[in-house]
Amino acid sequence: MNDPLIIRGIEFKSRLWVGTGKYKSFEETARAIEASGTDVVTVAVRRVNIIDRSKENLLDYIDPKKYKILPNTAGCYTVEEALRYARLAREAGVSDMIKLEVIGDEKTLFPDVCGLLKATEILAKEGFIVFPYTNDDPVTAKRLVDAGAAAVMPLGAPIGSGLGIRNPYNIKIILESVNVPVIVDAGVGTASDVSIAMELGCDAVLVNTAIACAKDPIMMAEALKHACIAGRLAYKAGRIPKKLYASASSPIEGMLT
Amino acid sequence: MKVRVNGNYMDVKAKTIAELLRELDINPNRVVVEVNLEIIKRDRFNDYEIKEGDSIEIVNFVGGG
Repeated sequence: MNDPLIIRGIEFKSRLWVGTGKYKSFEETARAIEASGTDVVTVAVRRVNIIDRSKENLLDYIDPKKYKILPNTAGCYTVEEALRYARLAREAGVSDMIKLEVIGDEKTLFPDVCGLLKATEILAKEGFIVFPYTNDDPVTAKRLVDAGAAAVMPLGAPIGSGLGIRNPYNIKIILESVNVPVIVDAGVGTASDVSIAMELGCDAVLVNTAIACAKDPIMMAEALKHACIAGRLAYKAGRIPKKLYASASSPIEGMLT
Repeated sequence: MKVRVNGNYMDVKAKTIAELLRELDINPNRVVVEVNLEIIKRDRFNDYEIKEGDSIEIVNFVGGG
């Protein structure tokens, strides 16, 4: 399906975006990404393991020429930390994009929206293409766009929870409130969750745990690829309105009397 | 010379970042280096001299969501 998503001049062929965390091996990561059909993957910035030098590098398995690399600031709890990670990520030289996370609570990993707004503003001014991971709050989404966000990434549910799209109505309001792409990030548990997000009209969905921690990650990656395409097509096709009563599909005319 | 690398106190022979990466057997093209919170661009690795007591961070991309 040729239906690219274009953000700040960057063309994303796939609307299913995939994280690279929690896989059993780099080899499995590479296979799952391939099966998902995605062309954009998220990565984290961490210290090189200087004790065990035999460790391979993720980018040996994920070719930055083939996949767009979207680094994150996962694990950052303050604006300063998030800025530091974002700047380090950009210095790697593969992307000006940053999936900005400023986390406010350890248990829920919900974003600290005050910090997120501040960091978005600073990084956007520094020329970053900022994708803030945010709550499913339409007002915050609008503020993030005002601060320079290239897109907004509201959560469907807490990261890694698999609870799905808990508040589709808020996601719908966000879609109507902002003039940038809306990418659901976090909460997807299975294929139908991806379809629901896409049927709502979201521009893309980012998934990590649902694939990486499935019994068969490769098969789940393929399932989500189809779910994403199905949801997108259904959205574009335009669903029928919901009604309380039946309307017959077969004609009344021609019935035997 | 005693420096702190990724949180570990180490005694290193290296005088520059390029030498330090070689000493630690790290591919310079895959990492970003920060010395005392300042990012050092890759084209400065050969010239940038490290000093006793420097706090050096060597980071790369890992799997993440």
